[in-house]
Amino acid sequence: MAIEIPRTRYPVERFTLPNGLRVVLAPDASAPVVGVAVVYDVGIRSEPEGRTGFAHLFEHLMFQGSANLEKLAHFRHVQGAGGTFNGSTHLDYTDYYETLPSNALERALFLEADRMRGPRLTEENLRNQVDVVKEEIRVNVLNRPYGGFPWLKLPPILFDTFPNAHDGYGSFVDLESATVEDAADFFHRFYACGNAVLSVAGDLDVDAARALIEKHFGDVEARPAPVRPDFSEPDLTGERREIYTDRLAPLPAVASAWRVPDPAVDLAGYLSYVVLAEVLTDGDASRLVERLVLKDRSVTSVGGYIGFMGEPFEVRDPTALVLQSHLPPGGSVDRVLATVDEELDRLAHDGLTPGELSRTQARIATQLLRDNDAALNRALRMAVLEQQRGTQTLAGTDISGAALLNELPHMLAAVTEEQIVAAAATLRPERRASIEVIPGAGAGAQAPAAAEGDEQ
Amino acid sequence: MTATAVHTLPELGPTRPLTIPPAAERTLSNGLTVIAIRRPAVPLIEARLRVPFAGADLATSALMSNTLFSGTSTMSTVEIAAELQAVGGALGSGVDPDRLMISGNSLASGLDRFLEILAQVLTDANYPTNEVETEQARLIDRLQVLQSQPSHLARVALQRRMYADHPYAVQTPTVDQARSVERDTLLALHRDRLHPTGGHLILVGDLDPDTVLDVVERRLGGWAGAGSPVELPPTPALVAGPLVLADRKDSVQSSLRIALPAVSRKHPEHAALQLANLVFGGYFSSRWVENIREDKGYTYGPHSLIDHSIAGSALLVSAEVATGVTAPALVETLYELGRISTKPVEAAELEQARQYALGTLQLGMSTQAGLAGLASTYAGYGLRLDFLAEHSERLASASLADVAAAAEKYMGPAKGVVVVLGDADVVGDSLSAVLPVTVQPSTSA
Repeated sequence: MAIEIPRTRYPVERFTLPNGLRVVLAPDASAPVVGVAVVYDVGIRSEPEGRTGFAHLFEHLMFQGSANLEKLAHFRHVQGAGGTFNGSTHLDYTDYYETLPSNALERALFLEADRMRGPRLTEENLRNQVDVVKEEIRVNVLNRPYGGFPWLKLPPILFDTFPNAHDGYGSFVDLESATVEDAADFFHRFYACGNAVLSVAGDLDVDAARALIEKHFGDVEARPAPVRPDFSEPDLTGERREIYTDRLAPLPAVASAWRVPDPAVDLAGYLSYVVLAEVLTDGDASRLVERLVLKDRSVTSVGGYIGFMGEPFEVRDPTALVLQSHLPPGGSVDRVLATVDEELDRLAHDGLTPGELSRTQARIATQLLRDNDAALNRALRMAVLEQQRGTQTLAGTDISGAALLNELPHMLAAVTEEQIVAAAATLRPERRASIEVIPGAGAGAQAPAAAEGDEQ
Repeated sequence: MTATAVHTLPELGPTRPLTIPPAAERTLSNGLTVIAIRRPAVPLIEARLRVPFAGADLATSALMSNTLFSGTSTMSTVEIAAELQAVGGALGSGVDPDRLMISGNSLASGLDRFLEILAQVLTDANYPTNEVETEQARLIDRLQVLQSQPSHLARVALQRRMYADHPYAVQTPTVDQARSVERDTLLALHRDRLHPTGGHLILVGDLDPDTVLDVVERRLGGWAGAGSPVELPPTPALVAGPLVLADRKDSVQSSLRIALPAVSRKHPEHAALQLANLVFGGYFSSRWVENIREDKGYTYGPHSLIDHSIAGSALLVSAEVATGVTAPALVETLYELGRISTKPVEAAELEQARQYALGTLQLGMSTQAGLAGLASTYAGYGLRLDFLAEHSERLASASLADVAAAAEKYMGPAKGVVVVLGDADVVGDSLSAVLPVTVQPSTSA
C-alpha cells in the first residue's frame, strides 16, 4: 500500500501596496529566523542583443550601494545582523535574498527597499563587477571540465531566437561593452516595483510585518511592470544534434532536451513531465539508471530534470525536459541515445510497474518538503510562484500562486500512470535536440577545438 | 522619485535566545550511540550514521562506500532503492580519512521501514561481484573527472605539502589502486570496520526522541561487531617554506591556497581565532574579500575557514584568481594576513564578525538537515548540541585583545604554507618576486 503524502499548512498572506508591489508572507515560528526575498520579473531572456550576460551583471550591480547606502554597506548590514545574503539570475527572474535571525527582519526590509529605489550605478563599480563576473565565468565555465554543460550549450540547439538561445553568462566582449547608461535603462525598465514580488517566510507576526513593509516600501516610486515579450517558439520538426570538444574534459558526455507543455496554460500536463523525469532518473530504482548505469554500463551517470537550470517550479515556457549522461572512456553516444529511445518506447507501450509511480511520488514529496524546511527556500519559492503562476482552481478551490507551495506535493502525487505514459510517448527522437561533448583531455584525446573561444 | 526622505538603518530587535531542541540519547548494548532530536517543522526525518574509519585503505573504502547499497542476500540494488523510495526515502554514503558517513532522509511515517532497510544493509551487505565491477568502473571514471578539476588538483597539492608523512597527506586513491580492489577486500573491510562500536546515529525530525530510541534499538540492536579503535597521530605542525607552484598548463586562473595553523573546537582560543578569521577573510564583509574582490576585482568567491579534522585543525585560505593577477592577489593576501596578525582590530569590525558568528549558528540550526549535520559532526568530536551554548558564550565574550592575540599567534603570513596551482610559465616569474618558489608538476592523487 502506498504511503500517505503529507501536507504542509504554511499560512500564506498576500497583499499589494498602492505602488503596485506584491507581497506574500508565510509565518512559521519553528525556528527564530526569517527568509526575505525580492524577485524581479526579468532574467536572461530579457537582455538585449549585444548585451549577453547583462541581466546577471546587473544583478551584481544591485549590491554596489543604493539610495541611502554606500558601497559595501549592504553586505555589512546583513552579515552584521547575523545573516547571509545572495542574489541569482535565472531565465525568467532575478532574485535577491537574505536569511537572518528574526530580530533583523526590519533591517532586511530596509535594505531591499533601498535598492528598489535605485542602485548606485557608477563607472568604477561597473568596471569592478565586470572583472568579478569574468572571474565567475572562468571558475564556473572556462577553467573546469564540462563548464556550462549543458545549461549554456544545449539551449542554442533547441531554440532559434536570441532570448532563448543565447549564453546567459555572456561573452567577455559584451560584458566589457556594458555602460552605466545601459544599467540605468535596465533598472528603470525592469526593476519597477510593479514588476517585483516581496516575500517573507519564517518567524514573523503578519500584522507587524505588514506594517514594516508599508513603512519601508510604501514610498518606493510607483512604476508599472513592462509588458513581457512573447518568448514562444515552435517545437522542433526534426532532430537536432551538435558536437563540441571540451579541452579539459576527460570523458564523453551527452545531453538531450525535449519541449514540454507551457506550465502557465497546462500546469497538470506540465507536472506529469516533472514526475516523468524522476521516474526516469531518480535513484538506482529509476528506469534509466537501472538500464544505462547498472545493466548496460553504457553511462557512468544519468540525470533528468525540467528546465535548463533544473528548477521545474521557477521557469516559464518555452522550457524542456533535459536528460544528461556522462559516458565511460570510448563510450558510444549513439548507443546511449538509442537506448533512451528504447526505454521511452517501453514506458509508452507497457506502462509502469506496480508501485513505481507511487514510490517516485513519495520521494518527490520528501525532496520538496525538505527544501521547504528552510525559511529562505519557502520565501523564494513562494515569490516566484506568485510571479509566474496565476491563481489555480484545484478541486473547486482557488489557490494563489504563492499558496501552491503547500499544494505541489499533492499535485505531483495526483499525476496518473496514463499521464506519464502519454508524456513518455512525446519524447521522440524527431523532437529532440542533443549536444555531445568530445573529451579533449587525457590520452588519445582529439586536438582541442575552439569550443569556448567566444568567451575569451 | 515620489519621496526624497532619507531612510536610516533600523536598529535590530532584541536578540532571540539560542534554543537547543529537545533530544534524547542512548548507547545501545552493541556500542552504537543514538541521538534523536525533535524538529517537527516538516513531516520528515534526517539520518546521519557516522562510523570511525581512520586508517582504512583509501581505494577499498571508496569502493565500499559506493557498493554498500548494491545488494544483500535478499535484496538487489534496485530493490533497496525502490523500497526506500516507497517511504519517500534515500540513503547514500561517503568516506573521508576520519569516518564513513551514511546519510539519508525519508517521510517521518516511514522511519521504521527506513531503519529496517538500513539495518539489513549494515548486517547483510554482500557486495555482489557484478555490482562491484560496475561501481569500480564508475569510481575510476569519477576519479578521472576529479583529476581534471582545478579545485581537486589544488587540494591534492596543498594536502601533500601540509601533511608530509601523515595519513591526511593523500586522501584520494589513484586509478590503479581503485582498479585493484577485489570483492573479498570489501567484505573484509565491512567485517573489520563497519561496526556499531564507537559509531553515532543521529536522527532529526518529526519524531518523539524517547520513542525513537526504542525503535532504533529494535531495528539496529542486532547489528554487531567490534574492533580496537584506530587513532591517527596528531597532524604535524605546518612547516613554512617556499611557495609550491603546481604547474597546470593553459590554466586561465590560478588557484591560490594558504594553510595556517589553527586550534580545535574545544580549545579556549577557538572562538577568538574564529572571529579573527572572520575579520580577515572568513565572510563577505571581511577585509580580504573587500580588498581582492570588491576593490580589485581579482576573484569571484574567495574564502577562508577553519577546517577541523579529528587529528588536527588548520586555517585554509582559498581563492581562484585570474592568471594575470596571480602575484598581485598573493601580495594582497599576505598583506591582509600581516595586517590582522600585527595591527589592532577595530571594535566595529569585531562586533560585526561576532554578530555574524552568533547569527549563523541560529541559521545553521533552523532546518532538520542543518541540525543533523551539526549534531553528527559534533558527535565525531565527543561534543553534543549543548556545546553551541558554550561556544556562543565564548564568541560573545571574546575581547579585542583575545582576537588580536589569536591572530598574532596563528595567522601571521610567516606561518603559512602557500600553494598555487596555475600555469607556471606565465605566473612563475612574478610569484618568485614575492616569495621563494618551487615548481612541481601537478599530480592528481
